[in-house]
Amino acid sequence: MKLSWLLQMAWRDSRKNLSRLLLFISSIIIGIAALVSIFSLGDSLSAEVDDQAAALIGADLEISNNKPIPEDIRKLIDSIPGQRSEQRSFTSMVYFPSNGGTRLIQVRALQGDYPYYGSLETLPASASSDFRKKRTALVDRALMLQFNAKVGDSIRLGNRGFIIEGELTGVPGQTGLAASVAPIVFIPLETLPETGLEQKGSRISSSFYFRMPGKTAPATERILERLKEAGINYDTVESRKEETARSFRDLSRFLSLIGFIALLLGCIGVASSIHIYIREKINSIALLRCLGTTSRQAFLIYLIQILAIGTIGSVIGVLLGTLVQQLLPLAVQDLLPVRIVPVISWRAMTQGLVLGIIISVLFALAPLASVRRISPLQTIRMGYQPQTSRDPLNLLIYALILLFVLLFTRMQLRSWLQATTFTAGLVIAFGFLALVAKGLMWAIRKFFPAGWSYMWRQGLSNLYRPNNQTLLLILSIGLGTALICTLLFIESILLQQVTLSSSGNQPNMVLFDIQTAQKDSVKQLTLSRGLPVNDIVPIVNMRLERINDIGIEDVRRDRSLTIQPWVFNREYRVTFRDSLTAAEKITRGTWRGRPDNGNIYVSVEDGYATRNGIRIGDTMTFNVQGTIMQTIVGSFRKVYWNRVQTNFLVVFPAGVLEKAPQFHVLLTRVPDVKTSAAFQQDLVRAYPNVSVVDLKLILSVLDEVLGKIGFVIRFMAAFCIITGLIVLIASVMISKYQRIQESVLLRTLGAGRKQIYIINAIEYFLIGSMAALTGILLAYLSAWALSRYVFEIPFTPAFRPVFIVFLMISAITVIIGLINIRSIVNRSPLEILRGEN
Amino acid sequence: MILQTEHLTKTYESAGRKLTVLDDVNMAVEEGSTVAIVGPSGSGKTTLLGLCAGLDSASSGSVILNGIRLETLSEDKRAEVRNQYVGFIFQNFQLLPTLTALENVMVPMELRKQSNVRARAVELLDKVGLRDRAHHYPVQLSGGEQQRVSLARAFANTPKVLFADEPTGNLDAETSERIENLIFTLNREAGTTLILVTHNPELAARTNRIIRIRGGKLVND
Repeated sequence: MKLSWLLQMAWRDSRKNLSRLLLFISSIIIGIAALVSIFSLGDSLSAEVDDQAAALIGADLEISNNKPIPEDIRKLIDSIPGQRSEQRSFTSMVYFPSNGGTRLIQVRALQGDYPYYGSLETLPASASSDFRKKRTALVDRALMLQFNAKVGDSIRLGNRGFIIEGELTGVPGQTGLAASVAPIVFIPLETLPETGLEQKGSRISSSFYFRMPGKTAPATERILERLKEAGINYDTVESRKEETARSFRDLSRFLSLIGFIALLLGCIGVASSIHIYIREKINSIALLRCLGTTSRQAFLIYLIQILAIGTIGSVIGVLLGTLVQQLLPLAVQDLLPVRIVPVISWRAMTQGLVLGIIISVLFALAPLASVRRISPLQTIRMGYQPQTSRDPLNLLIYALILLFVLLFTRMQLRSWLQATTFTAGLVIAFGFLALVAKGLMWAIRKFFPAGWSYMWRQGLSNLYRPNNQTLLLILSIGLGTALICTLLFIESILLQQVTLSSSGNQPNMVLFDIQTAQKDSVKQLTLSRGLPVNDIVPIVNMRLERINDIGIEDVRRDRSLTIQPWVFNREYRVTFRDSLTAAEKITRGTWRGRPDNGNIYVSVEDGYATRNGIRIGDTMTFNVQGTIMQTIVGSFRKVYWNRVQTNFLVVFPAGVLEKAPQFHVLLTRVPDVKTSAAFQQDLVRAYPNVSVVDLKLILSVLDEVLGKIGFVIRFMAAFCIITGLIVLIASVMISKYQRIQESVLLRTLGAGRKQIYIINAIEYFLIGSMAALTGILLAYLSAWALSRYVFEIPFTPAFRPVFIVFLMISAITVIIGLINIRSIVNRSPLEILRGEN
Repeated sequence: MILQTEHLTKTYESAGRKLTVLDDVNMAVEEGSTVAIVGPSGSGKTTLLGLCAGLDSASSGSVILNGIRLETLSEDKRAEVRNQYVGFIFQNFQLLPTLTALENVMVPMELRKQSNVRARAVELLDKVGLRDRAHHYPVQLSGGEQQRVSLARAFANTPKVLFADEPTGNLDAETSERIENLIFTLNREAGTTLILVTHNPELAARTNRIIRIRGGKLVND
């Protein structure tokens, strides 16, 4: 059969249904738009990272170490040619004398003209260079807002006061998120000694920034190689570019999966609409078969229609996605280290178009396959049900859909295990929602309240009668609700966890960086303010040299080893004591609080041990600030990290480290915000090197970080919700064609408009509320699983925000349902009975 | 013989019981003749028509249409046979609602890959007196007009056999008479064999032969 005839028939058959077909396909528009906007954003970011690569580190080369650089290494660094800047950074307390405010910040003491590429963005702009000459400070904009400070005010860091030269609004390669965790204050490096904050044991990182004349010289390459051997990190423009691109790829893949869920939801809407459409077309198809059309031709006529509207829907989605892409940077900017200027990505647009067409056809195939089995006998026997056996082709189509989802997620996640887990999770979520929907229909039918009023009975029975929308709507609205509510639950659990962690007599304030000489006087100061000293914990910094015979060079050489390189690169903050704390439990081995026969038995956190393949009896050789110390792994501990207290990966027994250079951490409990502020002021004035973290700060930082991440997820989840609503609108409008006769008949029999409205309101309220409730239940289960297995914290969800979501979803469903029925109610029954609809 | 049935039997499974709708029907129809199949509701008339037209397959026995044994053919092959040799008229007209009157008439010819189909369809509509309604959709036509379009479509592929299932069942007396006249006139002109199922004794009386059926068996021929 000629293709032209099939095309002609497809056009003839669909031209009177175009608006309905477009309505069906509208469900996928949002999903496609979501994906295209994310793909485009990814491309825009790649382009920006390429363009601004050097500005990501602000130099050609960055050498950094999380402790002061040893003299021999410094000499090596000094021999690298080119312009150089030096920076030392550490956390400390800032004090605002004008209002007595204090806060933990990140101090960056800078020397030289860094950044060489990009700039320190300041208000006024001249401040970025003036602070170096005038020996003043640049203060993070959010921090200034928090303490109501203005340019020209002063701050105190340690023993030295600084005039605020300008507000800091941007640092090369810095994300907004990082600034929320630790706001930055820049000071000139030469003023650092005057602050008195650079003391032995202080946790200071050193960085050197270079601007190289041309390409990296071979001599420099050799120096870098030696730095690497010495465990000193360095970053070039290229390596930072790769790192940035990699971390954004993870974010963009995660976001694209949410977009993909929106698309899948839309596809379910499409499948359902096509199913209804084909059912209405049975008579026409049977007639075509009667006239001699083969089943293949009939199938192709409808496949062409789907292909055409799938293409139209995808094109609209692609265009919308390109528009949405202009908004997306607003949502994700805080998570990105570069500013994004959205560009039109033809690649993303093509991807979206192809994906849209494939997926709309794939999901429409199952209902379309039924076209093949429509018997011509249905022209003379209206109720004829042809073959009731399962169509094996449907199984193949479902398998294809599953395979497609798996392959798409594999492309996004680049891991079969993750892709399989995601697909399985999706199947479980869909299965659960479908089960609830089916269960609901079964329960209403089984326990039908025959004694209730007619309107309630009619509204309830609409949920399970033929052509009902219950399953579809519970699936689509339910999944969207589940995404939003999981997020709300997790946010509330995390925030509540921090609050709960300091309930009762638990400490809620941590004082750290206390020098040994200051220990007793800080304790005295605390007690003199009427505050308890819950604990004073000594901390010794050290590095791990070897585990058994394995060192950093072995791990670098042999990638198959379980031990990760960071195990040797990081600095360990270790304590020593003769007993366990309440937050610890031995899971394997024996706790020894004192050296045994001259052997030092350390206790290792069990997760850390498992991740790195460490076993009981292994030796761990530490470098304790120059002294090599061999220890034996004596026990594994489970540590409850979710309390405001000091927890450690490695704990030494008492009687070993007492003489080592150390600093101390003091835990206390402040009763209220006012006492906390007063105590912090006294402390910072008397002991400027001591830093304070209180619960309020943790809560506000967590709130801000969750807010920023949550905004991105909500932005993406909104695509799912909007898709759910479009599916809802489409389903309601499709059901209009089905319900029209019934409503008209009811009106003919004397039902008032109010009664018709009430019946429909009941039905849509039940659907909306059940969908929302099921979504909330799903969110509840997933939030429980996340808190139990990922965050490992007690499950204490807050229901108020979720209840608001429930009310909103239910109300929106009812409103859409009633708006739709309005057009029927307002028309004369005769007009519709005559078939002029 | 243009149509023959041999021991034609059709059974259905219903609520776990075997229901015999047609039981060992043997008949033969001469080319160019007109035949009425009559009988009470549920006697198996429509099933017999469906089987003879190749719309369904028999449980046992044979249908030989224009020398072709239908039981040996797949559904798609039977579709080809229907397109080549069979025309239909239905009680409820069965026009494709999204196609205009003209397009409805064109479809069988297009399926046969005939050329010049538009002109032929216009000619057929002219014959049934609907040339000026060619571009109207079924919903814009009266019942009688729809059945006339259906008639034009039935003769579009110059069928060997025209099957009509209660062709005037949904029409008033006056319109019925006009349609009946048209069926017999067109049939005579084209030399087509006409097999119709009807409850209407007057319509049946206009055919050469009446086959009576009761309980799935031929009772009188």
